[in-house]
Amino acid sequence: MLLGQDGVTNGAIYALLALALVLVFAVTRVIFIPQGEFVAYGALTLAMIEAGRLPGTLWLLLGAGVLVVALDGLDALRRGGMARLLQVVAANILYPLALLLLMRTTSTDTWPLAAKVLLTLAVVVPLGPMIYRIAYQPVAEASVLILLIVSVAVHVAMVGLGLLFFGAEGSRTSSFSDASFTVGPMMVSGQSLWVIGTSLGLIIALALFFNRTIYGKALRATAINRAGARLMGISPALAGRLTFMLAALIGALSGVLVAPIATIYYDTGFLIGLKGFVAAIIGGLASYPIAALGAILVGVLEAFSSFWASAYKEVIVFTLIIPVLVWRSLTSHHVEEDE
Amino acid sequence: MANVLEVKDLCVSYGKVEALHNANLSVGEGQIVTVIGPNGAGKTTLLSAIMGVLPSTGEVAFDGAVERVPEVERMVARGMNLVPEKRELFGEMSVEDNLVLGAFQRYRMGQRDHGQTMEEVYALFPRLKERRTQMAGTLSGGERQMLAVGRALMARPKLLMLDEPSLGLAPLIVREIFRIIGELRKRGVSILLVEQNARAALQVADHAYVLETGEVAMSGPAHELADDPRVIETYLGLGGKHQDRLANV
Repeated sequence: MLLGQDGVTNGAIYALLALALVLVFAVTRVIFIPQGEFVAYGALTLAMIEAGRLPGTLWLLLGAGVLVVALDGLDALRRGGMARLLQVVAANILYPLALLLLMRTTSTDTWPLAAKVLLTLAVVVPLGPMIYRIAYQPVAEASVLILLIVSVAVHVAMVGLGLLFFGAEGSRTSSFSDASFTVGPMMVSGQSLWVIGTSLGLIIALALFFNRTIYGKALRATAINRAGARLMGISPALAGRLTFMLAALIGALSGVLVAPIATIYYDTGFLIGLKGFVAAIIGGLASYPIAALGAILVGVLEAFSSFWASAYKEVIVFTLIIPVLVWRSLTSHHVEEDE
Repeated sequence: MANVLEVKDLCVSYGKVEALHNANLSVGEGQIVTVIGPNGAGKTTLLSAIMGVLPSTGEVAFDGAVERVPEVERMVARGMNLVPEKRELFGEMSVEDNLVLGAFQRYRMGQRDHGQTMEEVYALFPRLKERRTQMAGTLSGGERQMLAVGRALMARPKLLMLDEPSLGLAPLIVREIFRIIGELRKRGVSILLVEQNARAALQVADHAYVLETGEVAMSGPAHELADDPRVIETYLGLGGKHQDRLANV
């Protein structure tokens, strides 16, 4: 029972990551390997804020912002004059500077936990669209393979920067809730309820976003038909930035959620992301509900295998992908364009 | 009359092959202008280049401002809309969602009047209203074309470009589509129409261009071209009474 609970808790995190991966792939055709890095960045940034230190991700945010302005500034000036340029500068340079000022002048370690979490998200989430702008937008029309190679590069770069910012030591943050309940024979910790609850909440929020709002519909439209979406004025760049922002939000939030349960190192993100990826593959990188179910399966399998054969737990989880791939290649048929 | 669209010396190449050579063309405000020509003459290329889907050289002046290098999103924002040959609908989304997305650029620029525009589109295409919760991919060919046109109208375009709206449709539906094109002009939408169905196109248009192997071969008022012996021979054929009836609205 304890294992099952553990599995479902981890599964909820993998489900979020799997959804993010499916989303990013559907809209931009990028297999987003650095998804896991956002988990690590989120967790470790929160840990540094708790320790009352200035998180290194802030410098990354500032650096990436400067790069984006360098890339976009001239274009903005030509298109929309000074006003447009100021907008770009404000969003990419002034915003990180404002955060920096805030963290320098106030001692963030005394803040309530919720505020620290918000601050973490404020630092990590804008990195998503910036990374899209810097690394992916110039090659947006390239093949999936090239995008994958770029993903590997971004992943390696982010892991390296993670080591630089956070050091080789892992951290763990204080949990959201120390409460624990006894339901029948099992003990439920408050933290796992938080994890499962937040994941469910986020999944519902995402579903509403995609079905009810025009921006969500625009992202779906881009995933269905890029050419058609462009003709509606939905630019691939906009869709890409929005998608990466969502992916970064999901990643950072997952990181914040797992930080109290597990010790996160600068390179932990990769393994977590990879498990989310296994779940996404189960859903064929296309189906959200199957990916979510696959994630729960991965989580439970991991929990049980770590109990019975802990040395092989990763092996068992990743072996899961082989029968799934065989089954998918046997059952899936190529769908022709319906026009 | 002021021209909504003025195209000067537009050239497009696919690699070394030049698909469009020094095309000149203009569309007056509130006019229907048609471009006819055989397969491979460069008609679709012309529309794609004006819209900015394809890179081109030359000059495209739209609504008074010159675009050296047209860019799709910008053209949409400025009020140009293209209904492509392949329709490019969002197959796994409902008819209504398709229409809402047609107003995306307007919505982004702060004009949130898509509810009202949608009613106008439904008034024009009552069939779409009946099917508004249906997935776009399950519509019939004619309904898809209506949806594609309706979706473009959601942007309240100044210039609507239609690429082969009659392609693959039953004669009755073709007549319906041309009726609607005529109706749109009455509402003040300028239209650039690319058609293989030359007879129907010349009937509804004010001005016409004949495109052959990437160059404008002939141009003039539509009714004059319809009587031109060369056009009759090549594109209209003789004794096409059946076609005439189709085109008559």
